Amino acid sequence: MAGLELRGIRKDYGSTAVLKGIDLSIADGEFVVFVGPSGCGKSTLLRVIAGLETVTAGDIRIDGAEVTQTAASDRGLAMVFQSYALYPHMTVHQNMSFALENMGIAKAEISSRVERAARMLRLTDYLQRRPAALSGGQRQRVAIGRAIVRDPKIFLFDEPLSNLDAELRVATRKELAALHAEIGGTMIYVTHDQVEAMTLADRIVVLNGGRIEQIGSPLELYNRPANLFVAGFIGSPRMNLLPTELVREETAGPAATLGIRPEHVEPCAEVDADLTVRVDLVEQLGGETFLYTSADTGGPNGLPLTIRCDGQSRLTRGDLLPVRLRRDHLHRFDATGLACRPDPILARSPS
Amino acid sequence: MTDTMRSHGEPARGPSAAAAAVTTGGANALMRLTDPPMRAVQRLIGAARMPYVFLLPNLVFFGLFVFLPIGINIVFSVTGGTALFPAERPYVGAEHYARLLDCGSYLEAASCREDLFWRGVGNTLTFTVFQMVAMVLFSLITALVLNRPIRGRGFFRAVYFFPVLLSPVVVALIWKWILQRDGLLNAVLTTAGGEKILFFVDPGWAMFWSVFVSVWAHMGFYTLILLAGLQAIPRDVYEAAEMDGTRPWRVFHRITLPLLWPNLLVVLVLVLIRSVQVFDEVFVLTGGGPGTATMMVVQYIYTTAFANQVQNFGLAGAASVLLGVVLFVLTLIQLFLTRRRAS
Amino acid sequence: MTGKLRRLLLARRGGRSWHWTDVASYAYLALGVLLMFGPVLWLALSSFKTPAALLEFPPSLLPMAQSEVSVPGYPQPLPLFRVTMEDGSVRELAQVRRVGILAQMVDPKTPSQTIRVPTDRRTPVRHMALAVENYTDPLTQFDFLRFLRNSLVVTVVATIITLLINSMAAYALSVYEFRGKKLAMLGVIGTLMIPITIILAPVYLVVTKLGFVDSLWAVILPGAATPTGVFLLRQYMLTIPRDLIEAARMDKASEWRIYARIVMPLSMPALAVLAIFSVMWRWNEFLWPLAVLTKTEVHTLPIALNAFQGELQTQWHYLLAMTVVTLLPVALVFAFLQRFITSGIANTGMK
Repeated sequence: MAGLELRGIRKDYGSTAVLKGIDLSIADGEFVVFVGPSGCGKSTLLRVIAGLETVTAGDIRIDGAEVTQTAASDRGLAMVFQSYALYPHMTVHQNMSFALENMGIAKAEISSRVERAARMLRLTDYLQRRPAALSGGQRQRVAIGRAIVRDPKIFLFDEPLSNLDAELRVATRKELAALHAEIGGTMIYVTHDQVEAMTLADRIVVLNGGRIEQIGSPLELYNRPANLFVAGFIGSPRMNLLPTELVREETAGPAATLGIRPEHVEPCAEVDADLTVRVDLVEQLGGETFLYTSADTGGPNGLPLTIRCDGQSRLTRGDLLPVRLRRDHLHRFDATGLACRPDPILARSPS
Repeated sequence: MTDTMRSHGEPARGPSAAAAAVTTGGANALMRLTDPPMRAVQRLIGAARMPYVFLLPNLVFFGLFVFLPIGINIVFSVTGGTALFPAERPYVGAEHYARLLDCGSYLEAASCREDLFWRGVGNTLTFTVFQMVAMVLFSLITALVLNRPIRGRGFFRAVYFFPVLLSPVVVALIWKWILQRDGLLNAVLTTAGGEKILFFVDPGWAMFWSVFVSVWAHMGFYTLILLAGLQAIPRDVYEAAEMDGTRPWRVFHRITLPLLWPNLLVVLVLVLIRSVQVFDEVFVLTGGGPGTATMMVVQYIYTTAFANQVQNFGLAGAASVLLGVVLFVLTLIQLFLTRRRAS
Repeated sequence: MTGKLRRLLLARRGGRSWHWTDVASYAYLALGVLLMFGPVLWLALSSFKTPAALLEFPPSLLPMAQSEVSVPGYPQPLPLFRVTMEDGSVRELAQVRRVGILAQMVDPKTPSQTIRVPTDRRTPVRHMALAVENYTDPLTQFDFLRFLRNSLVVTVVATIITLLINSMAAYALSVYEFRGKKLAMLGVIGTLMIPITIILAPVYLVVTKLGFVDSLWAVILPGAATPTGVFLLRQYMLTIPRDLIEAARMDKASEWRIYARIVMPLSMPALAVLAIFSVMWRWNEFLWPLAVLTKTEVHTLPIALNAFQGELQTQWHYLLAMTVVTLLPVALVFAFLQRFITSGIANTGMK
């Protein structure tokens, strides 16, 4: 187990810059999630850490030791691939022991390690099977098992759940969290799914266009997004973004855009209302209801506003609804998209 | 991913199962033997330079037996004498080329100084033209027939294909036995009331049977390529044509032929390249005879360098270089066509 | 009943009725079977005929020999004939000698009495006889076993070398990016169509300088590095997911181990195709061995056959038998691996 330090990492493919200067430290035992839209460079960053890609500039340290030029096989990291990358011609047992054989570990030791990992991952009955004879979830667990037996310095996960169906994804997510609690290794996890990021991470790194937009704990990012990108990316349904003039008595100073999450928009009496919206679509989920509405701005299309209500709703399409925005949960962004904060340190993300 | 995993996951099917079982046993022992030195090499030069290590053996063989000989051949072609070792051969410039190309009229082999070479060129051209037409025609017809909903398609495909695997010597001997003076074919001819024909004494018949035997031996291969092309044409294209009430000939002309054209082109060029190199079957079948009626360019090169009393490596080398240039151009055309087919 | 039978016999896939094109197709295929199989069958049948039967014209279809009987009073066995007598009865008589159009014959049961019969009144009595000595004699009289052994050695050793060095080169050209890769590819592709025929003399020189003339190495080594093989294996290796190779690198495998333990087992189908082809190339190879193997004791089967047909012009019975022996292994391989070979060729377009 080890910590990781990235300094000024840049990666160019020809004339295209994929990583435009990444600085990041990850502490020993931390679970860090890289999240961002596709093409943001999160997978490239993971592969740079793994040693599968060379860097154009910058350096990488593991436990304080410089490894920038070290080959992937010598960095002592383990990786779980999106495709699982199980060796199709080897049994589960052989898949898990391959790395240990490569390290020249004694046969007895290999067997005991593989069996321990198999017990942990409920794979004991499948050790003699080939990957083709396993279900998607089992393959996924083999891929994790292959990493666990290594006892690596850092675990790297490249979108490991994206090939599973929704139900299995939720279950495996929980198992991963439990696993991290149990073995406590340093883990770096790449995903484009913000729910995975929120539920798994100690810290989330939001990447966009080859840069880090914000680093912080899940709730920090949710409650205090540093800029419009993070505000829009984290949270589902997305945060509502409104022009300042739409709200009465708004005194946010330099703010150019207001943001408010769907759960912070409340139906209210007409006198208290900030604005009146027309309901376009009602999604009843039983325990909660999403109202997709639009506020009349005079233009051909109204301004969209999503509202989350607890419980069930009797509203139908076309109803008019006066709503209020909770003042304590308003996010204010300036014309460049950065959050306006009393505390300027929090507002500035390294970009 | 699942698909590729599966396809690579079960290589142990059919004939490769036994091979796989044998290799895993041997591979483990070999691994223990080869891994430590290779690991040491990797540590010494770094993983990034390992591809050169992997390329090396093949490259040594290529260098020794292909690249170096091509170079020597060019040296041969501009030096004279009978010595095999290039250093002992006096430089003669373009003399061999001049001798090969010295002709009264290129249409008349007898008017050339090296008339055997030109007879070879002429014979090869004749052979190539007839063989291309016959080969493409018959393999296309066979592929079209095999592409129909036929019972026992696998069997018939195998029937047409198996001569491809036979040794050219075997192929030639099989037919030589049938075509000889008292052979099966003459027996059939006389029973039908005809006269015996001495197939290998008549120049026309000798060339005919050279082409015939060559088509017999190789058409299965081209049939297979064309059949693969036909089967790659989606069924629904034909079904759409049928719904439109298109007549069969029009379907062939406007749908099958254009969609098969890339494969057909590849077949054409492959047949061309192989025809230009033809030697084995014809040599065993006719010995180049009667006289020089079926002597091909390659046979000329072979006899000039090896079989004659005086081994003239210079002349053979010059002829090889000329043939090599032709083959190189044809190969470029083929690569261009296959690349276009791939994209 | 007959209607049912007719429908069964004439039924076609899809339940449609017969069209003239169907008849033409099957007629074409039947003719094809005759033309393709016929000559080989004729060869096989002829190879069992005695030299006397081979000289017959018109030849009989099956290997036949004239029956002979030992008649008391005659030292040699006499040929047996079926004779139509003048009274119209048919008797079996043995021929003592023939004078012009008359034959002197005896009845084996009454050897003392000779009968004169016009030659056009008698037909030979024949029975089927397999001249197995066509196969056994060459084994003892000529060094046929040696040629067989030479062919086997050349085929096996050359195929192993080809598989090894071709797969190594293909691995380098499919998995790595390195300086000079384009040049190496060009070298491979450029030699795809250079047949050994046109560089015969210089290869001969190289082989002489290496001291291989009149040894089997002279045939084994020059053709070992086949551009076709490299090309075929490379195309196949390109389809192996890159993730597997990267996973192996993360698993601390050396590059040689990745080649031997991951890429080779996964390339088994392509290796099998190349192996089969290498076996056939080598078993059938003609021109190069003809040039370089001048001593009889190193001749391979095709060369020996060619030499026989030159020397033993009249001994067709041996030649035919040995041709069958040369053909047999290939026929057996094809019979068992037919589907595999044809699909391999269709997929790779090589021969």
